[in-house]
Amino acid sequence: MNKNIENFIESLLFASGRPLRLSEIRSILENEGIKADLAEIKVGLNNLEERYAESSLELSEVASGFRLQIKKDFTHLLSSLWTENNRLSKSLMETISIIAYKQPVTRGEIEEIRGVQVSTNIIRNLLERDWVKISGYKETPGRPALLVTTKTFLNDLNIKKISDLPALPEKEEISTEEITDTAEINLEAG
Amino acid sequence: MSTFQPKQRELGIVNGVPLPEMPEDLFIPPQALEICLETFTGPMDLLLYLIKKQNINILDLEVSKITDQYIDYINLMDSLNFELAAEYLVMAATLAEIKSRMLLPKVEEEDDETDPRLDLIRRLQEYQVFKTVSEQLANMDRVNRDFYLASVGMPKVEKKTNVIDFNAARLKSSMVEVLSRPKLDKSHQIAFEELSTQDRIKLILSILSKKNLIGFYKTLQKSEGKIGVVVSFLASLELAKDGCVDLIQNNNEEIYIKSKVLNAVNE
Repeated sequence: MNKNIENFIESLLFASGRPLRLSEIRSILENEGIKADLAEIKVGLNNLEERYAESSLELSEVASGFRLQIKKDFTHLLSSLWTENNRLSKSLMETISIIAYKQPVTRGEIEEIRGVQVSTNIIRNLLERDWVKISGYKETPGRPALLVTTKTFLNDLNIKKISDLPALPEKEEISTEEITDTAEINLEAG
Repeated sequence: MSTFQPKQRELGIVNGVPLPEMPEDLFIPPQALEICLETFTGPMDLLLYLIKKQNINILDLEVSKITDQYIDYINLMDSLNFELAAEYLVMAATLAEIKSRMLLPKVEEEDDETDPRLDLIRRLQEYQVFKTVSEQLANMDRVNRDFYLASVGMPKVEKKTNVIDFNAARLKSSMVEVLSRPKLDKSHQIAFEELSTQDRIKLILSILSKKNLIGFYKTLQKSEGKIGVVVSFLASLELAKDGCVDLIQNNNEEIYIKSKVLNAVNE
């Protein structure tokens, strides 16, 4: 029986084409008249994980649930199958970083940090990738759109939640004393 | 193809001919190349680059030096006909302003006055945080670059590209077909409608002025055909809408038109 559930779960993960949550798996099984509680499904997932240990597959939990992935060891092998260029520009990465860490954030706020206009192309690219979405509009003049990151963004980076992103580097403390001192030195030097 | 020629000797290919060395008339200002090769995402990025190149801490920003280098870069880009975003000029103005304020003699009483660089330093720090973290994000595992999904999925439906079977004979036959089409753009006359709803309304009203009730089929003649029925029907609907008549239908499905207002007016 247990083995059965394991195989059901495997087939679902394989064919769904998207991550599945525990509760989703349960309700799909239930619709087919297969009774399994969350704990049993969890056991099934663990068994699958063990079974894959020696294979090229791995089970991964991301923001939208569980999915099957090819182990990273095989990436170089597979990348030759796709010619698609998956490089993202520095500007795009800066923009998505600011959105990820400061969300919800307006375009103007991104521009303030980056010191340059955020091109429409970047925002469109991020929206098309489904990495960001508009969560609402800020109650300020012009009602600018508020941007937030999506679950797809987390999924695509293979993480579960936003706090799995690297921590922001600490800024050096600005002591007014110190800064005034150097200013004087500079003045003398100049 | 000569494999002996090291590839990096060629600077580029112009009109299909490899360029062996730098053209003499190509003027590139000194120290320009290394900066040109860097692409900056904006003025903040450029500024950070200049500061890093000097190997100094942001906090020890030497505005005078940086401003000169920054403006040099902008002039260089301008001379190379690069279109710089307006923000680069805004930053140049900001730097120049800070520089000029730094040159002003410091008055003792205004000790609490903030360092003119403070705002810029804060912005640079803030930007640096996100620049650093964006590089980290770029290095994180990303789907379809660093790892792939395992899924059998649904087979992708390949779009069939229709190979057009075309030759001179078919071209001719389709041209003939086009030419033989009826000329729909030719002018033609539309027959004036023989029965008008307005006239029918007048007719019904004149009957109703003598009789209170009239059967629907009494308002038309058989010879008028379908159009007669339609016109009578439209006329009675029009009258009913204006509240002149009531339309009554009994079990025989015969419609009767009953005078409402006009009757009262006539009396």
